This record gives sequence, structure tokens and C-alpha cells, in this order.
Amino acid sequence: MSKTHRQRLLHSPLVWPLAGLALLLLVNLIHSPAFLRVGMLDGHLDGQPIYIFNHGARTLVLALGMTLVIATGGVDLSVGSVMAVSGATAGACLTSDHAQLHALPLVLAAALGAGALAGLLNGVLVAYVGIQPIVATLILMVSGRGIAQLITHGEVLLMPHPGFGFIGKGFWLGLPFAAVLAIGLYAAAQVALRRTAAGLFIEAVGDNPVASRFAGLATARVKCLAYLVCGLCAAIAGVMDAANIGAADPYRSGENMELDAIFAVVVGGTALTGGRFTLLGSFVGVLLLQTLTPTLVFLGVDPPVAPVPKALLIVIVCVLQSELTRRWLKSLRPGKAAT
Amino acid sequence: MSPSLQRRLPLLATAAMLVALYVVAGLRYDNFFSARVAADFFTDNAALGIAATGMTLVIFSGGIDLSVGAVVGFTSIFVATLVEKQHVPPLLAATAALAIGTALGAGMGALIHFFRQPAFLITLAGMFLMRGGAFWISTDSNGLAHPLLQRLSLWELPLTDRSSLKISALVLLALLALGGLLAHWTRFGRNLLALGGNESSARLMGLPIATTRVGVYAFNGFCAALAGLALLFNSGSGNPRDGLGLELDAIAVVVIGGTQLAGGRGHMLGTLLGLLLFAVIQSGIRFDGSFDPAWTRIIIGALLLGFILLQRMLLRRLES
Repeated sequence: MSKTHRQRLLHSPLVWPLAGLALLLLVNLIHSPAFLRVGMLDGHLDGQPIYIFNHGARTLVLALGMTLVIATGGVDLSVGSVMAVSGATAGACLTSDHAQLHALPLVLAAALGAGALAGLLNGVLVAYVGIQPIVATLILMVSGRGIAQLITHGEVLLMPHPGFGFIGKGFWLGLPFAAVLAIGLYAAAQVALRRTAAGLFIEAVGDNPVASRFAGLATARVKCLAYLVCGLCAAIAGVMDAANIGAADPYRSGENMELDAIFAVVVGGTALTGGRFTLLGSFVGVLLLQTLTPTLVFLGVDPPVAPVPKALLIVIVCVLQSELTRRWLKSLRPGKAAT
Repeated sequence: MSPSLQRRLPLLATAAMLVALYVVAGLRYDNFFSARVAADFFTDNAALGIAATGMTLVIFSGGIDLSVGAVVGFTSIFVATLVEKQHVPPLLAATAALAIGTALGAGMGALIHFFRQPAFLITLAGMFLMRGGAFWISTDSNGLAHPLLQRLSLWELPLTDRSSLKISALVLLALLALGGLLAHWTRFGRNLLALGGNESSARLMGLPIATTRVGVYAFNGFCAALAGLALLFNSGSGNPRDGLGLELDAIAVVVIGGTQLAGGRGHMLGTLLGLLLFAVIQSGIRFDGSFDPAWTRIIIGALLLGFILLQRMLLRRLES
């Protein structure tokens, strides 16, 4: 391998998350050699990797939307609440007395519409009114759960609907449908953003909004659309969650998921300051976080305590990525200070 | 409108809304005007008010702290477990909890300042850390029945013959006064507002930015732990789930009180008004009984939106 090639590879944002994922897999393989084994069960694939993908599908979809928002220099704290709202909307449709409302396309349209509406509100507040993203999305983070509780009248709505349940726990050609859907969305987004100028627009807006506006970019519209897509992604994740447990839970659905999504994006190598983004990095970041939980359980950590190592991980990643550490590392290697 | 009036408009709007809602609720519901209900405003919301006091100062500096609710949960289960299971003297356990809260705040402040990380991300990590830590101590709630606590909860400051302020409410009022003093009468408070207004100018003026920022997060950590103690005192049992979402309510109270979320402008008096407005809405919904309690959060969210839009409008007008 030529030197420039190796350097480019080492400087790729994917290196660190992939290395982290490999380390986790190694720990698991040492602990239990059967960790990566995938077998057949009841006519579909089964095993720890399949479980990680299936369980991680919601976070994958959330992180997809979050990547775009973070790339524009923003952040969306409301995705967890939006998940609860979209799940509650689907639940309210499926359990309503009007049989016409039980049609699956209608249910999905209502749930996704609710998410898109929430995303649009965030987008308008950030892009057109000019409120800081943390503050603007905080509003829905606070009131979203209240809205979800109103929709379900404060109850956890049970909805035994096989077609709807398929979205969250069904298997398609032996593969978990939710994971297939999530991967399909990533592929579609990658094509839509990288084969057109859309991805470049997002990076330009995140990198320097003023310069992009002077270059003739509709900065506000790009930002607004990013939040809209993020709301839509949150709605899809909410539908997956409700379908998976067969119930719309306005209290617990999407709880703390906004953090997982943001962490995955940051660990995946997209900077919180906006600009360059990598969908593949976010994908690997989610897998890393999702593998971390079963790993910790293997190592004897209770699931409720799992946030502690997650928090330490994110702090370490942030400190490593920071300017201060980089300068310090460079000063340790005086020969390479020029590069 | 004169600029000074414009600057105070959010505060005046909050005050007007508070009076209007209080009067409407008082006319609609029996006994709403009683001194007892008013005293309960402070006792029931002691934890929220204490957390909001610290949050006000953090927001003055242009920062935010999302770990507050988790620190409350941690403190509550930490102290309850230490006292009940390990038989540690309650005052020692409470001091330890306050020290942990302060240390966590200082640590987060240092990460935010020296490593130039976004405050929301670092404090989200702090939230994970403390909530996980709380569950590590115990996943179930833990009753606290120490004689000292029982003696303290009997002690009240009588207002009228049927109403009195509990110790948690008195702590809240004392802390609000201390916070107001710190924010508006000391050099530290001036530095905070300067830092929140414009960090580069504050640096060029030679203000001690590092100590100010680390100091304010440390103070907020102390307040969060104190809020946890107040909650534990009021409920009589420690629960690792205590304070879920409390940070959001605290931020809402601060903003509704007219403090600018971007930092650099605000008043501690506004936080008191915001807290009272929150309390009136909550009690009004409880008195009425026909509303879903979920409305509290929606109304708070809507108020938050309204006040942020108002601030944005005023800022634009002041700038132009």
C-alpha cells in the first residue's frame, strides 16, 4: 500500500469507530466464541448479530435523520418525544372505533405525518425564526410527551395487528424486516445525498451558512428540510418501536433515544459543529453503541447501569477529538508537528 | 417603547400572566386564594425551584445543564441508601451528596471550558452517568425513616393559623435570595453575564473566564444535589427515578422568567415569577380535575415557545 493511501485510510473518520467495534467484537468473542454465530430458527436467521441489528434498527433510523441535522450545524433533542407521538398516533388509529381508520396505509400515513409535522415545526423555528437548535427542539422535547399522552388518553394502547407488528418484529426472506428497512433507508439516503448536490448543500450550510447564502444557496430551506427529514425518521423509529412491542407507550417509547442517536453520530465521526458528515460513520456508530449494551451485560453490568460506561465512552471520544488533545498529541511528536 | 422597558417586557409579561392566571383560578376554584395553597406552591415545587436557581446562573453564562434531573435522582437514592442500609449519619450523607454534585458540576464545567465541548453534550453524558449511577446503587425506591428527618419534617414556620412553610420551602427561598445576591450584587454575577453576552469581549476585558465557567457549573451541581435532598425530604423515600425530566421544567421556568436562553441577560426575580407561574398552572389543573395532567407539559411547552418568540422579536428590534 502506498504511503498516501495508508495516510488517507488512517485519516478516514471511519477508522476509529470501526476499531472500537472490532475491539468490542473481540471482547465478546473471547468471552463467548458463539457470539457471532448465526443460525436458523423457525425459518428465519437468529443469533446475537441479528438481534443487534433488529434491536438497533430504531436507533439506526434515528441516527440517519440526526446526522443530517447535525451536519447543518444543529441538533434535534425532540426525536425521542416525536417517536412517542408517532407511536401514539398509530395506536390511536388502530384502536379507534371507526373501522376505516384501521387500514395500514392510513395508519402509517398518519404516524409519519405527525412526525413530519413535528420536524417541520422544528425546522421553521430554527431556519426561519432563527432560534438556536437546542432551544427550538427543546420545546417539542418538553411538550411532545404530553401530546402523546393526550392522544392515548394517558394509557398504553395495546394493538395486536399482525400487519403492523410485522414492521417491528417480522422477518422478510429470513431477515429482520426492521433492519432491512433501516439499511434500505441508509442506502437510499446515501444515493440521494451523494449522487446529487443535496449532500453538498447540507455540508455547505453546516460549514458556513453566510458564505452558502452568498453563494446562492437557499440556506433556510436546506436547514428546514433537514429537520423535516429528521422528524420523519423519528416517526419511522416510533412506528418500529410501537410495532415491536405491540403497544403505543407514550411514557417510555423513545426514552433517552435522542441521546443514543446523538452519541452514535458523534462517535461515527460527524462533528457537532456541522459541516462534513458521514452516513456510514453513523451506521457504524450505532452498531458500536448497540453492541456495547450486550457486551456490558455479558461482562456482568446490569442493563440499567449501562448508561455509565456509555457516558464515559462519549466523554473519552469528545476529549480525544478536542483541539486541546490534538495540540498536545502533536507536541509529543515534534518531528510531525509540521503536518 | 423605550429600550429599558423593552428589555423588561418578558419579565412584565410573566408577571401580568401570573397575576391574571392566579386571579382567574382563584375565582373559579374554591379555596384557591388561601394562604395554604400559596405556601404549597413553594413546598411542592421546592426541588424544581432550587434546580431552577442554579440553572438560571448557568443560562446567564450562555450554557445549559441537562444533568440536573439525574443528579436529583442520584442524590435521593444515594442518601436514602447510605442512611437506611449503611447507617451513616444523615448529615454526613447529605454533605457527601452535595460534594458529589459540586464535583460533578466542576468536572463538567472543566470539560466544557478547557476541551471546548458543547455544554449540552457533556451534560447529557453527565445525565447518563448519574442516572446509571443511581440505578447502580438501587433499582428500587428506598424508604427513609431516620428520626432526624421526622423531627425536621415536624418543624415548620407558621404563616397563618392554617398554613406554614416547610423546611424545603425555606431552603428554596433562602437559595433564591442567595442566587439573586450572587447574580446581581457580586463580581461573579457580573462576570457571568459578561461571559454569556460575549465570550470574546469578556476574554479581552481580562475577566477570569475559566473560574467563572467552572464555578457556575459547580454551583449548579451543588443546587441539583440540594434539589435532590429537598425532594427526598418532601417524599420521605429515595428513588433512582426521581427528577426525570426535571431539567426541562427548570429550563422552562428560567426562560418563562424572561432570562434569555442565549445568555447574557436576565434576572433571578424572573425565575421566582416563572416558578410561581408553573405552580399556579399545575395547581389550577389539579384543582379543576377535568383536565388531563398531560396538559401541564403541553402548556409549559407552549409558554416556552411563546416566550422564546417574544425574546427573539425584542432582540431583533434592539439590534436594528
